[in-house]
Amino acid sequence: MREVLVLAEHERGQISKSTTELLTLASRMGMPAVVHLGDLTESARSVLAEYGAGKIYIVDRPAVHEYRVLPAAEALVTISVQSSPVAILITSSAEGKEIGGRLAVKLGSGIIIDAIDVAADLTTTQSVFADSFIVRANVATGIPIITVKRNSTTPVAAPTTPTIVKIDVKTSELAMAATIVDRTPHDQSSRPELSDATVVVSGGRGVGSADNFSLIEDLADALGGAVGASRAVTDLGWYARSNQVGQTGKTVSPQLYIANGISGAIQHRAGMQTSKTILAVNTDPDAPIFDIADFGVVGDLLRVVPQLTEEIARRRS
Amino acid sequence: MRIAVLVKYVPDAAGDRHFTPIFTTERDAVQGLLCELDEYAIEQALQLVETAGEGQVTVLTMGPDNAAPALSRALSMGADDAVHIVDDCLAGSDALATSLVLAAALARIDADLILTGMASTDAGLSVIPAMVAERLSLPLLSFASALRVEGKYVTIRRDDDEATETITTTLPAVVSVTDRTGEARYPSFKGILAAKKKHIERLSLAGLGIDPAQVGLLGAMTVMSSVSRTPSRAAGVKVLDEGSGGIQAAAYLAANGFI
Repeated sequence: MREVLVLAEHERGQISKSTTELLTLASRMGMPAVVHLGDLTESARSVLAEYGAGKIYIVDRPAVHEYRVLPAAEALVTISVQSSPVAILITSSAEGKEIGGRLAVKLGSGIIIDAIDVAADLTTTQSVFADSFIVRANVATGIPIITVKRNSTTPVAAPTTPTIVKIDVKTSELAMAATIVDRTPHDQSSRPELSDATVVVSGGRGVGSADNFSLIEDLADALGGAVGASRAVTDLGWYARSNQVGQTGKTVSPQLYIANGISGAIQHRAGMQTSKTILAVNTDPDAPIFDIADFGVVGDLLRVVPQLTEEIARRRS
Repeated sequence: MRIAVLVKYVPDAAGDRHFTPIFTTERDAVQGLLCELDEYAIEQALQLVETAGEGQVTVLTMGPDNAAPALSRALSMGADDAVHIVDDCLAGSDALATSLVLAAALARIDADLILTGMASTDAGLSVIPAMVAERLSLPLLSFASALRVEGKYVTIRRDDDEATETITTTLPAVVSVTDRTGEARYPSFKGILAAKKKHIERLSLAGLGIDPAQVGLLGAMTVMSSVSRTPSRAAGVKVLDEGSGGIQAAAYLAANGFI
């Protein structure tokens, strides 16, 4: 069976959920073959095996621990030349798109960005213009390179015993040109990562102050969710920019999205309207967020949200 | 210091954007404007030149005749001159073709620094900076939330999900900037008047030595097969909080398996 290359995304030795999603998509069109830059931990190996990786290419050079884009693109070129894969799948992260863009030029291959589905015949589905249109497309030239949005598919376990292949890639001088001179990891939040979370609880201008955000956090914690914020809130400095949901922030697609004090401007909706279920709390009965909410409460969130948090705890006890 | 800024004329995201029958973006029905995210790149270019006390900011765009207002806006903000790549054969170009054309135009400028926004607000793919950097064999520092130039080096700060990073490279380089770099200035009345006298160079594919077969719909390496409207989300239940709004919301969540 021909290989479908999947670029592994990993941090601190752990494989990201999106990589398991890519493996599930890859198995539709061939044998998933993972390209893993850096040391492969036992935990990473077992996750990749559980989700159907038939082969794991390990590319381990010092440069891959530094600025990873060009070493990754160069490794994918080397492996593609050897194995002529059916397609190359990459997570649609900032880094993934950068790798994909460079790779498309290097291979002279067409690239599809931000796919939300890939069929066995490689037809991709994309959601565009703030999710108002569904586009189907195919790569017509070269090895299809497809970057896939997180949470687009449910990973399905398909245990295998992967073959491990170590690959030596000559890294170019250009790949070493950028250096990370300092890296300060953010404080590890006990909450799930926003882009991966199954529940997201967000606050907008209606929250009223930075202090009131503790109400949003309490609700998020009650549901095991991540905290999101509208752009207005991050502009006001009430909450961290890294939690911004919307066109210029993160795009989320959780099972449940709770919008508190968010009017629902198009820029915000662009980042969350593919959420499976939307619950909204707003004082303005005409707020556009109610047009897309499955359940809306017209009222003061400072009263509704704590009551909701309390009721969740009561029902669970 | 010579700085080139790549900009795009996009349909207003607040308008009812849609596609033409041949699946290209409909650009006539919705009011167009300079991509908001590109204004941050122009602002950073202007600030770098102001800090250095010398330099030239050139803005480039690829687009039809009616894309010129994007360049006028950039010139009235304070950019020195502009390049408009316009050619009928370019309609329907994909990202690879667009990067080919932009790279060819940039090669003629010999800029020390090429700045871009973090994405366009229409296609929103964020791949052009990487493709242009690859074609010009330049390093790319992407998604900068702050940047500074010191001698032959450019250094950025990047705030991603996991960490805040400081990344540095040598010039020439491509840098894409986010909306965290700081608000872009509004064109002043004086700036608008001055812009009318600034030079906009028009370039065709022939002028860039690019074969029309490599661009436009014919040269596209990806083919769209269908476009359909997303079924609109129907509004659900809306209740007025009369003291038990939170309890009602909890009941809804419980009924749908979230509690």
